[in-house]
Amino acid sequence: MGKTLFDKVWDSHVVHQVENGPQILYIDKHLIHEVTSPQAFNELEERNIPLFRKEQIVATADHNVPTKDQHLPIQDLLSKKQVEMLTENCDKHGVTLYGLGHPYQGIVHVMAPELGITQPGMTMVCGDSHTSTHGAFGTIAFGIGTSQVAQVFASQCLLLSKPKSMRITVNGKLKKGVLPKDVILYIIAQLGTNSGTGYFVEYAGDVFENMTMEGRMTVCNMSIEMGARGGMIAPDETTFNYVKGREFAPKGEDFNKKVSYWKTLPTDADATFDKEYTFDAADIAPMVTYGTNPGMGIKITERIPSKDDVSFEKSLEYMGLQKGEKLLGKQINYVFIGSCTNSRIEDFRIAAEYIKGKQKAANVNALIVPGSQQVAQQIKEEGIQAVFEDAGFEMRQSGCSACLGMNEDKIPAGEYCVSTSNRNFEGRQGQGARTILASPLVAAATAIAGKIVDVTEEIKELELV
Amino acid sequence: MEKFTTLTSRAIPLPIENIDTDQIIPARFLKAISKAGFGENLFRDWRYKDGKENADFVLNNTTYQGKILVAGDNFGCGSSREHAAWALTDYGFKVIVSSYFADIFKGNALNNGLLPVQVSPEVLKEMLSVIKANPQTNVIVNLEEQYIAVEGTGIKESFEIDAYKKMCLMNGYDDIDFLVSNKDKIEAFEASRTI
Ligand code: SF4
Repeated sequence: MGKTLFDKVWDSHVVHQVENGPQILYIDKHLIHEVTSPQAFNELEERNIPLFRKEQIVATADHNVPTKDQHLPIQDLLSKKQVEMLTENCDKHGVTLYGLGHPYQGIVHVMAPELGITQPGMTMVCGDSHTSTHGAFGTIAFGIGTSQVAQVFASQCLLLSKPKSMRITVNGKLKKGVLPKDVILYIIAQLGTNSGTGYFVEYAGDVFENMTMEGRMTVCNMSIEMGARGGMIAPDETTFNYVKGREFAPKGEDFNKKVSYWKTLPTDADATFDKEYTFDAADIAPMVTYGTNPGMGIKITERIPSKDDVSFEKSLEYMGLQKGEKLLGKQINYVFIGSCTNSRIEDFRIAAEYIKGKQKAANVNALIVPGSQQVAQQIKEEGIQAVFEDAGFEMRQSGCSACLGMNEDKIPAGEYCVSTSNRNFEGRQGQGARTILASPLVAAATAIAGKIVDVTEEIKELELV
Repeated sequence: MEKFTTLTSRAIPLPIENIDTDQIIPARFLKAISKAGFGENLFRDWRYKDGKENADFVLNNTTYQGKILVAGDNFGCGSSREHAAWALTDYGFKVIVSSYFADIFKGNALNNGLLPVQVSPEVLKEMLSVIKANPQTNVIVNLEEQYIAVEGTGIKESFEIDAYKKMCLMNGYDDIDFLVSNKDKIEAFEASRTI
C-alpha cells in the first residue's frame, strides 16, 4: 500500500520503536524563543546534561519584545530579563541567536522559512503551537512543551506515538477577495476546534496547489486551531522556487539532489488516510469570527447562529454580541495586521493594494506589525510602508505584538479588534479585549470603513487575488 | 517528577468547554524564567474581576476543594505553553478530568506528573452533577488499574493511557533519562542517513 507524505517524512525519522510504547523520532531543526526555553536550559543545567546538537538549533526573540524603539533597553523589567536570559543561554551553549536588533530577527515562524532554514522533508519543532506553519513546505513541524524542548536539547529526539492521518481536500477556484486565511477559518468553522486532535493533516487539492508559499503557511499555521498537531502540503515547484537561493538553503548540486528527493515525498495515489474531508472552493467566502474560539466563525455576510449551550452563551456574553446578530456594519475601533499567520510580505501587499489612496477611518487605531526585520525592510523598499503611513496606519517593528499582548501592544477591555492573528480566546489580545479574526484584506477594509464591510462587494474593480 | 499511583480526593467542577491555555494562565504571566509560582495566576482572569476576587468563580468558593479538577470538553486547547501544566500542579491539582484533551496539553501534563483522565461525555456529565450537588464526594483515580470512580455512587469508568507514560508516572521517571540512555542508537541513526 502507498504511503502518505506524512508517513514518508515520519518513517524516515524514526530512530527506534520502544516495545509496546512510543517511537524515538529524530528532529532535524529546533527553533527556540525567549518564553518557553529558559526552564529547559535550567533543566539541562540542573541535570548536568550538555546540548546534544547545538548547530541544529536556531533562536530568536519574538514573543516578549517591544515593537517600538527596539534599539533601546526594554522598559518592562521582567521582559528585559527574559530576553537577556535567552541571549545568555545562547552564548553559554553556543546556539545561533537572531536577537533584537539583528537583521534576521522576527517571529520564529516567519524568520525560519524566509531564511531557508525550513525545508521539505524535515522534522522541525519549537516550543510554540504554531510551529505547524512550517508544514507548508512538506515538513513535519509541530509545537512542543518546555519539557520536550529540554528533551530535544539533550538528545535531538522526542518520544512520540505516531499520530493518525487526515486529508482535507479543497478543489475548485476561490472567489475574488477570498484569501488563504478565509479558507482555513472556513474549514475550522465547519469541522470544529477539536476535530483534529490526534491527527496530522494534509491539505490537498487545487486550492492549495495554486496557493503561494505565504498562503500555504497561513493555512498550515492554523491547523493547531482545529486541534491537529500539524498540517502539511506536498512540496512542489512553488516550494522549490521559494526555498532556492535563500540564506540557509542547500546550494548548487546539493540543491538539485535535495529537489530529486523532495519530489518523492508527495502522497502516493493508493495511500489511505484515517479521515478525509472534502470542500468546494466555491462555498468559501470571506470569514469573521464572532466568539472566543477560532471555530466560531461565519461568512462575513451571515448572522451569528443560535445555540442553547452554556459555553456558547458565555462566549457571546464576553464578546458583547447577540445570537442572530450580523457582524457586517459593526463599528470597530482597532485593527491589527500581524502575527505568524499573516505578517508576511504577501499579506501586506494585499492590504496595501486595497488601502492605496484611501484614508483610515477616524475611529480606528490600526497597527501594522511585520513578522520579521526582513519583511519590514521589504515593506519599506516596495513602498508599502508609505502607503500604510499615508493612510494613517501605525507601522511597528517585528514581533508577536498584539497577537498575544505580552508586551505593551494590547487592545483595551471591551474594544473590538479585527485581527489577522489566529486566536480569539478571551483576553488573548489584552484583558477584556474582543478579537474578531479575519484576513488581511478584511482587516484593511475594516480600518478604512471603521466598520466591518463585505470585501467581495468592495473589491470588484480591484485586481486582487 | 513525583510518582503517581492512586489518588482519593474531593473534586472541583468547572463545566466550561474549550478551556484554553490562555485562560489557564494568561500570556502576561509568562515572563518568569523558572517553573515555580504559576499557581498564583491560575485562571487569573476568571478568579479576579476588577482587582477583586470573583466570588462566582469556583476556585473562590470554599465549598469545593480537592486535587482533582473536573472540566468541560476539549480542555487545554490553544498554546503549547507548559506554564499551563505548571500552574495547575503548582496550585495543587494532581488530576484533570475531561471528555477530551488537546494533544500538546496532554503531553505537557504527563511530563509534569499531572494525570489527564479522559472519560466519556456521559460520565463527565454525571460526575459534574454529583460533585455539584454534594461537594463532599470523593473521587478515586487508580492509575495502576486505570479506572476512575466516584465514591458512594455507581459511577466508575476505565481510562486509557499510553503504557510507556503510565510506567513513567508510576515510577516518577521522565523522557530525558530515557532518551539520553539511547544516545548510541541516535548517533547510529545520524550516521546512517543519506539525505
Ligand atoms: S505571532 Fe502569535 S501565534 Fe504566532 S508565535 Fe507569536 S504569539 Fe504565537
